[in-house]
Amino acid sequence: MSFAVNALTRSLWVFHLAGSACNNCDIEILDTLTPRYDLERFGIILVGSIRHADVLLLSGIFNKKAALRAKRLYDAAPKPVVVVAIGGCACSGHMFQNSYNWDGPINRLIPVDAYLPGCPPKPEAMIAALVKLVAKLKGK
Amino acid sequence: MEAVWLIVQALVFPGLLFAAVGGLLTSWVDRKVTARLQMRVGPPWLQPFYDVIKLMIKETCVPAGSVKWLFLTAPLLGLSAAALASLILWRALLLPGQGFSGDLVVMLYLLTMPSLAVVLGAFASRNPLAALGGSREMKLMLAYELPFVLAVLVPVVRTPTFRLDELVAGPPAVAAPSGVLALLVALLCMQAKLTLVPFDAPEAETELAGGAYIEYSGPPLAVFKTTRAMMLFTLPVFLAAVFCGGMRFTAGPGGAAAALGKFLGLVVLSILLRNTAPRLRIDHALKFFWGPVTAVAALAVVLALAGW
Repeated sequence: MSFAVNALTRSLWVFHLAGSACNNCDIEILDTLTPRYDLERFGIILVGSIRHADVLLLSGIFNKKAALRAKRLYDAAPKPVVVVAIGGCACSGHMFQNSYNWDGPINRLIPVDAYLPGCPPKPEAMIAALVKLVAKLKGK
Repeated sequence: MEAVWLIVQALVFPGLLFAAVGGLLTSWVDRKVTARLQMRVGPPWLQPFYDVIKLMIKETCVPAGSVKWLFLTAPLLGLSAAALASLILWRALLLPGQGFSGDLVVMLYLLTMPSLAVVLGAFASRNPLAALGGSREMKLMLAYELPFVLAVLVPVVRTPTFRLDELVAGPPAVAAPSGVLALLVALLCMQAKLTLVPFDAPEAETELAGGAYIEYSGPPLAVFKTTRAMMLFTLPVFLAAVFCGGMRFTAGPGGAAAALGKFLGLVVLSILLRNTAPRLRIDHALKFFWGPVTAVAALAVVLALAGW
């Protein structure tokens, strides 16, 4: 495990993109960042600009308009950046799979590092996913 | 030889490295106290160092259409000014008698440079939100500089000298009514200089998404973060030195403890203010500084001239 990866996993700054989500996943993401779970213990904070971000959170189905924006945001992010799909919609399209405006799985456009299904996933599930993601980054 | 020694002082102690390490530790105090106020655990003490190291290994994005050289050199301008300010201040505190006449005025200029660097970087980045943040930062500078200089005039009138080391060795300004008023004004100006709540309109993460810093990524952002941390360290030390009767580290363990107490007291006061106040709109901040704050600062100067 390199020095750089160590610093990265201890200071993950999160940018959250809701791509036409129903907002349930977004509310659970905000719940995870509240004092009750206190992710700042692990150096995780929410940032307002994609240029500051190390993690790009995607929630919701990415329809034909939102998918293009997501791709542009990913291109604007300084690398290395980790992409996490949160919720059933972002992972697989969920109940909107047969919808006329669904653009298909988001990983056709953006390489996704972690999938976190659930409708919505609980804060505990997000923290468990985070632990697995950090283990993956460290190459374990 | 003298020149080499000065360069070492500027780069290591008490200049760049010392101010950066002290500043990052102070920013940890800020984050930890904020976390405790919100009933959280808060980050570990190495967290600001992890953040800076992580930013150093990230990619540097230069936005299309920006003024590249200004976008990349503006953070360095702020960093070097903050390092020089720390150098002059700590030399006055630790090596009295080696200053020069008027170093207080140089100090005042150096303390405005980091804000200027933020404005330049914001305008160079060709982002509308950054431009808005930069213009707010500029208005805020116009607002707080007048009362800040008036407040610093109070100890100057009472001592009377423009040399930082003589000012530090003189009687503490807060022992007189004029000094108390001046310290109050200077505390508010410090909050605005650090763009902390209630004067954080230039950054305003809820509506400007980081404001002036929005296009910065990687190492330039790390330099800006470090500069901010250095100012968070240098400004309370400056206030303690000028208004609270200096920081006498050479006067044994009692003196060192008193100096640390003054410094931490001013920092925690600023953190409490930032956690309990809402954000002021930029025009309200301007009216606040040009109205009541300047009036109080002027009153303090008049009181000091009258010998109180």
